[in-house]
Amino acid sequence: MADTTTTPPDVAPDADLETDPDAGYLAYPRTEWDEHDHLPPSTGISHNKLAMWAFLGSDCLLFGALISTYLLVRNVPEEVPGAGPPVREVFDIPFTSVSSFVLLMSSMSMALAVGAISRGDTRRTKIWLLTTAILGALFIGGQVYEFSVFYNEGFGYTTNISTSAFYTLTGFHGAHVSLGILLLISLYWMVHKGRIGQAQGESVEVAGLYWHFVDIVWIVIFAVVYLIR
Amino acid sequence: MTLPESIEEEFGPAYEAGHAKHLPDRSFIGIAFFLVVMTGIEVSTYFWDYGGFATPLLLTLMVIKFGVVVAYFMNLRFDYRLLTWVFCAGLVLATVVYLAVLLMFQYFD
Repeated sequence: MADTTTTPPDVAPDADLETDPDAGYLAYPRTEWDEHDHLPPSTGISHNKLAMWAFLGSDCLLFGALISTYLLVRNVPEEVPGAGPPVREVFDIPFTSVSSFVLLMSSMSMALAVGAISRGDTRRTKIWLLTTAILGALFIGGQVYEFSVFYNEGFGYTTNISTSAFYTLTGFHGAHVSLGILLLISLYWMVHKGRIGQAQGESVEVAGLYWHFVDIVWIVIFAVVYLIR
Repeated sequence: MTLPESIEEEFGPAYEAGHAKHLPDRSFIGIAFFLVVMTGIEVSTYFWDYGGFATPLLLTLMVIKFGVVVAYFMNLRFDYRLLTWVFCAGLVLATVVYLAVLLMFQYFD
């Protein structure tokens, strides 16, 4: 790969950028000063992408806390104060399996949206972004339906500690999905208006990382909370 | 300052090209099909009694699905190695801390 290092305007042209500590900045090969003279990231990775991965890593701790809390309280004997019949008595696994399938498909459509924007195909990008948002909305609709069924069966948020932990965990996940839907709709609008094209495709990629993360969290919830007895 | 001999060695396979590689669309469809099959096997544990084999099977399938989504849909397999470290730091920390908590409650409660 060609060395594309360029000299910013405030550095003497003859300064030795590799070794001179007074040159004013650390020089790296394969970097280009952008039109706003922004410093290139020293890692070579865009700040947005790195920040999203760091956020997702930290979000593992949030969901880890919620999942382990549910696991701790789901089998508490009923004679313990605050305990009661476990919410899993009313789980509808076939229905939740369909919801899982929908979320899985939304991950695929998100990956296709990222692929489309990387090729500069804005028409397909919009189609896949909209598909992902619709599938996400279907998942949320299913979750609202599931919650209402559980409530009508007598399992409200404050019924016992098992239901509280369950609603907190799945509710936080649902909130993440809802935020993702808003993100997707915003991206759709920006692509539609021409404010995001191939050159700004990283925005779609970063949103995609967030969307896939809510999918992997659901993979864990579906197995650990719903299926393992 | 010292620059690495090979940027690819330092940061992973993505750096040389300047951008992470992207899989073709048909690969994503194939991966999604694989994940659906894995999910189907998971759901089958609800309808058929696998006995003591069910929980290890479900945990194994969960880890496989998790890894496939992170590696291919999130493109971590072809992206900067630093990103893998950043994500795994949180993931491993969460796993270790909460497993320790669960074990403590299991044995000392």
